[in-house]
Amino acid sequence: MSISTENNILVAENVSKSFDNNLIIDNINIHLKNREIVSLLGQSGVGKSTLFNILSGIYLPDSGKVYLKGEDITGKPGKISYMLQKDLLLPYKTVLDNTALPLIIKGMKKKDARAKASALFAQFGLEGCEKKYPAQLSGGMRQRAALLRTYLSSDGIALLDEPFSALDTLTKSAMHKWYLDIMAKIDLATVFITHDIDEAILLSDRIYIMTGKPGEITAEIVINRKKPRPDNFNLSEEFLEYKRTIVEKLL
Amino acid sequence: MLIVAVWAAVCGFDVVPSYMLPSPQSVAKAFIEDFPLLLEHSATTLAEAGIGLGIGIILAFVTASLMDRFRLLYTALYPLLIISQTIPTVAIAPILIMWMGYDMAPKIALIVITTFFPITVSLLDGYASVDKDAVSLLRSMGAKNSRIFFTVKLPSSLSQFFAGLKISVSYAVVGGVIAEWLGGFEGLGVYMTRVRKAYQFDKMFAVIIFIIIISLLLMVAVSLIRKAVMPWERKGDKK
Repeated sequence: MSISTENNILVAENVSKSFDNNLIIDNINIHLKNREIVSLLGQSGVGKSTLFNILSGIYLPDSGKVYLKGEDITGKPGKISYMLQKDLLLPYKTVLDNTALPLIIKGMKKKDARAKASALFAQFGLEGCEKKYPAQLSGGMRQRAALLRTYLSSDGIALLDEPFSALDTLTKSAMHKWYLDIMAKIDLATVFITHDIDEAILLSDRIYIMTGKPGEITAEIVINRKKPRPDNFNLSEEFLEYKRTIVEKLL
Repeated sequence: MLIVAVWAAVCGFDVVPSYMLPSPQSVAKAFIEDFPLLLEHSATTLAEAGIGLGIGIILAFVTASLMDRFRLLYTALYPLLIISQTIPTVAIAPILIMWMGYDMAPKIALIVITTFFPITVSLLDGYASVDKDAVSLLRSMGAKNSRIFFTVKLPSSLSQFFAGLKISVSYAVVGGVIAEWLGGFEGLGVYMTRVRKAYQFDKMFAVIIFIIIISLLLMVAVSLIRKAVMPWERKGDKK
C-alpha cells in the first residue's frame, strides 16, 4: 500500500502465510527495481523459502498481494523464473538444449531457440559446452547453464534460492565474480535468497533481513558501494562494517 | 569351464550312463551337426518372440502412460497386473492353443502376456522416480502436461525401461519355447519335444545351449540399443 508499483518490477505487499495455524511469515513487504539485485538474508527456517514459493506463485498467501510490473500475479505460477541449489538440468539433453528449453516451451522453433541460446554461451562463460551433457560439466559450470536457462525463461526477473550454496568455497567465489559480471551485462532483476552474509553483501544492491518466528523483514540495508566492486571489497573496512551491522540485526 | 571339466570327467569315467547324461563332446557334436536345423527352428521362435515383444512393449507403454496419467486407472489396474503375473505360463499355454490353434498366434499371445508385465512395472517405476522439482520447473516455464511427459518423464524412465526390457527378451524366448512344446509345427520348442521323445539327450542339451546363446545375444543387443539411445549415460562417466 505504501509502496507504489511504479518503477518497481516486483512488489510484494503485506504478505502473510501460515501452515496448520502456524504463522510462518508475517506481513512481508518487499520491492525490486529493474536490474536490481536484492538479497533476502535470514537463518534457516525463517520462512525464506515460503516467501520464495509465494513470489513464484506456487503458494497462495493467506493475505497480501504480489505484483509483477503492476500486474497482480498472486498465486499465479509461471510468471517469474527461478533457480535452485539443484541445477535441475535434464541429464539426457545437451547443455545447449537444456538452456534453449524455456524458449521452445514458449513456442519458439527449435532452430531459432538454439541460435538464441548459443549466442549467449560466450557471455555466460559456457563456450565449448554446447554439445556436452550436464554430467560432463563441473558443479560451477552446471550452475552457469542453469542461470542461462533461468535468464532465457525470465521476463526481466528471476528468483535465485541459494544457487551457489552447494559449491565449494573456491568455486563459489569464482561464481560470485562471474555472476556480478553477467548481471552487469544482462537485463535481469534478481531476488537472491541466502543465509550467507558475505555473499549477500558482495552481490546485493540492497539486503532485506528476515528474522523471528514468524519471519518478518526486520531491517533493510542498502550497500552503497558502486558496482563494479573491487576484488578486495570483501576484505575492506567498509565490508566489515556492513557485516557487523548485519550480524547485530540478525541476532 | 570347471563345470564342463567335471561334466566331461563324470561322463568319461562312466559314473552316469551316457544315455542319461551325454558327454560334452557328444553334445558339441550334436550342436554342430544339427546347427542348420536349429537355425531353421530358431527363425520361427525368434519371429514369435519379436512380434510378441513388440506388441508387449507397445501395450506396456500405453498402459503405463495411462496409469501414470490417471490415478484411478492406476488403482484399478495395478492389482490386475500383479494377478496376471501369478498365472502359471505352462497352465495357460494349452488354453491359448485350444483357442487360437497350432499356428504362431497362441505363442505370440503367451509372449505378450509374459513380457508385458516387467516392462509395464519398470516404466511405472520410472515415471514415479521423476524429479518433482524438475516437473515444477518446467511447469513454471509454462509447459503443458504432454510437454512434461515427453521432455521429462519419458526420457527419465528410459533406464528403467531398458532394465525391464532386458528381462523381457529372455522371457520372450522362453515363453515361445514353452508354448511350442504344447503344439506346433516348427520352432525350437517343437524341435525340443521331438528329440526328447526320441531320447536323444545329446540333442536336448544342444538345443538348451542354443537357447541360452540366443537369450544372451538378445540381452547384449538390448544393451547396445540402450547405449545408442542413451548417449548421455556413456559420456556422463568421464568429465
